Amino acid sequence: MSEHRPLRQESVVLSDLERRLINAYQGDIPLDPEPFMRIAENLGVTSEEVQQTLRRLLDKGVLTRFGPLYNIEKADGSFSLCALKVPEHRFDEVADQVNGYAQVAHNYQREHEWNMWFVLATEDYQELEQVFEDIKTVTGCPGLNLPKQTEFFVGLKLQA
Amino acid sequence: MVVDPFDHRLRRALQEGLPLVSKPYAYLAEQLGVTEQEVIAKIEEFTQQGLIKRFGMVLRHHELGYSANCMVVWDIPDMEIETIAQLLSDEACVTLCYQRPRRQGWPYNLFCMIHGKGRDLVEQQLKELIERHQLSYPHQLLFSSKRFKQRGARYV
Repeated sequence: MSEHRPLRQESVVLSDLERRLINAYQGDIPLDPEPFMRIAENLGVTSEEVQQTLRRLLDKGVLTRFGPLYNIEKADGSFSLCALKVPEHRFDEVADQVNGYAQVAHNYQREHEWNMWFVLATEDYQELEQVFEDIKTVTGCPGLNLPKQTEFFVGLKLQA
Repeated sequence: MVVDPFDHRLRRALQEGLPLVSKPYAYLAEQLGVTEQEVIAKIEEFTQQGLIKRFGMVLRHHELGYSANCMVVWDIPDMEIETIAQLLSDEACVTLCYQRPRRQGWPYNLFCMIHGKGRDLVEQQLKELIERHQLSYPHQLLFSSKRFKQRGARYV
């Protein structure tokens, strides 16, 4: 196996150690006083190499965080996936309006007549409905508010 | 719900990720004025409660080469939704699966996310899984063309 393997042109090139770390530690950081040492032993490298590699992955933007992935819905607050049907020529203008709300988390353009999809995160459901109504009024676009009813368990399968 | 101040401060500190030092739990403990063991025990507790879904690499799909991100929405009869959702969740290419309400003009009640290394691959995977399970339900593919805002799941 080569030391470096390009994935796609627009994505980053990963070293062998970077790839092994990604594939082995998407969960289960050791809850041991010296977790990087335990990881290093497992991968046959030094603790310093593990820490340096993580730092590099963070700098490259491949890694958002080496730590908890929180289930925000277990915390206080209300969440919903919302969509707007935005006329193509107004898309950027409406995106600015929507992204201006602090309650908007992710926002994706999708290729569909419902072309703007974002997550609203608020203190409670009443606020969520208010913000959703407000967004529809301000943008003048039809909207869908689709709070999750059931989440089905999906294991973690990303391969680097 | 009253959140214990230590819980709250630890969650917030961990939001930045584990400090990259040889004894990160001791480092956090010192900052929070508790013991290393208390920090470790609390992280275990958060994980058991499900507040922490997993404790590890939180990655960006796009930078890993998973450039195609497709939301597939299905109109599944209510009686069958559990079965179909489970079947989709077990597929290797499916990374999220949710039931959501139907709305006027929006008949789709099951959402799954497929991340793949290219649009063609995603379409191919979906086609294969539809054939394999003989899924004849109405569905649509919503590929994302642009990510405007992505803030990691933060809540404190």
